[in-house]
Amino acid sequence: MPRTARGGEQTTLQARRRRSAIMTSLVWCASAICLLPLVLITAHLLVGGARVLGPRFFTALPTPPGVSGGGIANGIAGTLLLLLVAAAIGLPIGLGAGLFLAERTRTRLAETVRFLADVLSGLPSIVIGIFVWELIVRPSGQFSALAGGVALGVLMIPLITRATEAMVQLVPNALREAALALGYSRARTSLTIVLRTALPGIVTASLLAVARVAGETAPLLFTAFGTPYWSLRLDAPIAALPLQIFNYATSPYDDWRAQAWGGALVLIVLVFALSWLARRVTESRRERLNATVAGGAAE
Amino acid sequence: MAAPPIPSFATDQSRARESSRQRGVQSIGDRLYGGWITASALVIPALLLLVAVVIAISAWPAVQSLGWRLLTDTTWDVPHARFGLLPALLGTLASSVLALTLATPLAFGAAIFVSELAPPRLRRPVALLIDGLAAIPSVVYGLWALVVLVPWLRRDVMPFVRDTLALGNVPLFAGPAYGPSLLAAALVLTIMILPFIAAVAREVLQAVPRSQREAALALGATRWEMIRDAVLPNARAGLVGAMILGLGRALGETMAVTMVIGNAHLLPTSLFQPAYTIASLLANQFAEASGPLHVSALMAAAGVLLAVTIVVNGFARWLVRRTEQQR
Repeated sequence: MPRTARGGEQTTLQARRRRSAIMTSLVWCASAICLLPLVLITAHLLVGGARVLGPRFFTALPTPPGVSGGGIANGIAGTLLLLLVAAAIGLPIGLGAGLFLAERTRTRLAETVRFLADVLSGLPSIVIGIFVWELIVRPSGQFSALAGGVALGVLMIPLITRATEAMVQLVPNALREAALALGYSRARTSLTIVLRTALPGIVTASLLAVARVAGETAPLLFTAFGTPYWSLRLDAPIAALPLQIFNYATSPYDDWRAQAWGGALVLIVLVFALSWLARRVTESRRERLNATVAGGAAE
Repeated sequence: MAAPPIPSFATDQSRARESSRQRGVQSIGDRLYGGWITASALVIPALLLLVAVVIAISAWPAVQSLGWRLLTDTTWDVPHARFGLLPALLGTLASSVLALTLATPLAFGAAIFVSELAPPRLRRPVALLIDGLAAIPSVVYGLWALVVLVPWLRRDVMPFVRDTLALGNVPLFAGPAYGPSLLAAALVLTIMILPFIAAVAREVLQAVPRSQREAALALGATRWEMIRDAVLPNARAGLVGAMILGLGRALGETMAVTMVIGNAHLLPTSLFQPAYTIASLLANQFAEASGPLHVSALMAAAGVLLAVTIVVNGFARWLVRRTEQQR
């Protein structure tokens, strides 16, 4: 910065202040622009969804285009079943891997697994769908709810792993050492002391993972496939909310496209309800963890 | 596992046996537990390997019969068994890079706002809202883009650029301009990767030590100079990592892009022209693939996508981790 005279320094300072003010307001604008799509999408969802939402929408099966009174009952049930299957696969593996990473933090295997978990969570979900198609759908000769659940479960594994690791590492080491000093075995320490203390956090993480995969569409295209009928069988194609939204939105029929908004609103409410529930659990968790630690210190 | 009840009148000998059995039970528990967590941890590398191997094997027939033409041919003609991935591959790269270019300044702005400039009362709400944007499913973005964004482009943006600004002859804006286009895909991708980049960038910025900021301010820096000279240089590698993670996201994004890109096997030379991406090619054709060569060619497409995203994500994670370890 050239400063020739005292007056020049004065203007430089002013210029610097002005520059700072300009950049600050640009940052404010950027944040506002970031939030604009959220406002627009929410508004369209509420307006579009309110038009078709009614008690029948939740209890009726889809109808052909032109026939009024169609609903998404099978899509809601299908999505819930798929999430159940996904959790049955993703939870035990993700939980175990997360505990492994938290307990053997610095080993080379843990470093590798941590890195690969991140890579796995970055894979395009459609590739996972194709993988499960080749693995389950092609050999069994049919699309199925089981295949859809497996695809979603694979997507859940890295999410739950990394979150469990983070939550378990929050547990104070003193608790673990106290349990080991009392003669608890490692397994018992982990399961009854560490895991129990970290449990609310892990519940939060799992709910967030379920919320994340609940809206996934691409991995279901060639696995769960979708059906306009009622089905809860694991070995048959099953309807799912995201698939229904996709089919309706890309269809040329006006009433189907209107229903897509209703389905999208229901899906969003489901996703955000799960996230909200997850955050509530964590809030109570902080207090309990603090109480545990404070109680221990008081004795 | 059903242990008999501990006898109340135990002789020394039986008590000794009892305690040794208990030790045995404990160590079995330990071993079961260790086995469970180790096996679970090994599932992750195994899964990645399995994905790669399964896709490689299924793609092999196409690679064998088509060779490099898979990547260099510009024609995708199923009845004549011509499967050129070049338009889709370039479309994937073009839409993602375009989205990254548009999203990065906005996302960094939002991250700087939350981490450096926002009044304390606004910090949490803004961060929560941006995270909320990330929680919206892809198919909902697609629906919104299809019903709101694409008609807006067709009615207002495209005629404005071509007629009012008289840019209709510029190759970048050539094409039918009926809405679904590379531009529509890039815009919806921008909105989708914004919250993701912003979240990672926010964490990277917050990891910069407070002392750096205080030192800059103590030397008389303005607020912006503090950010530019003290915060951003410390966070550089992590910010690049955030960008590349966003790129990885955009490359594999499927549903929203499929709904608005127009799905035409054209080289992405114009913003207003429909195009294709690998992910949307898979979404559209895989379920109805006709014949083993078609399936195999699509598997090869999935393999290309897999390889690109693994390289991009691996590099990004390495960068982010390196900055976090610098602390």
